[in-house]
Amino acid sequence: MTPLSWLATAFILAGLFFFVAGTVGLMRLPDRLSRLHALTKADNVGLGLLVLGLLLEGPGLLSGIKLVLIWLFVLVASATGAHLIAKRALRGDGEDAR
Amino acid sequence: MSLSDIHLAVALLLLSTMSIGLIRVAIGPTPSDRLMAAQLLGTSGIGLLLVLIPVIRVPALIDVALVFSLLAAVAIVAFTRRREQEDA
Repeated sequence: MTPLSWLATAFILAGLFFFVAGTVGLMRLPDRLSRLHALTKADNVGLGLLVLGLLLEGPGLLSGIKLVLIWLFVLVASATGAHLIAKRALRGDGEDAR
Repeated sequence: MSLSDIHLAVALLLLSTMSIGLIRVAIGPTPSDRLMAAQLLGTSGIGLLLVLIPVIRVPALIDVALVFSLLAAVAIVAFTRRREQEDA
């Protein structure tokens, strides 16, 4: 293995660590907003590190652009979703209605 | 240990975090918890697809991951726009 692929592996493993941390946070934290906090940050960093590691393995130009685009779309979706869920939870719009 | 072995191991661990997230979908006390767990499933699923691409050599999977990431926002927005009176 070349030094570059060692670096790529290190990034991928770091990404995996953040995914695991996000899942542990989702399972273990006590209330809704702290779970939201754990989840929406940790797994975006995880995906970012994963994408960085895969980029270092040299996927080619088009695939590389797609990889970065995927990460950006997930970031936008996750940030928007976190704010919407938090707003809904604070207002109680239909939350726990049944 | 080759690079694709590492990729496979990472994919396996991502799958196990996804299945742990399914527990939160099942038990999550509020609908928000269930939706957050589903969001985690989406993100981990994207990561899983991306890691598997070099191993099983199906480059088209990157387009599947792209569609997943585009649709992630839609589910959350649809969920949060739902109102109580519209359910009845």
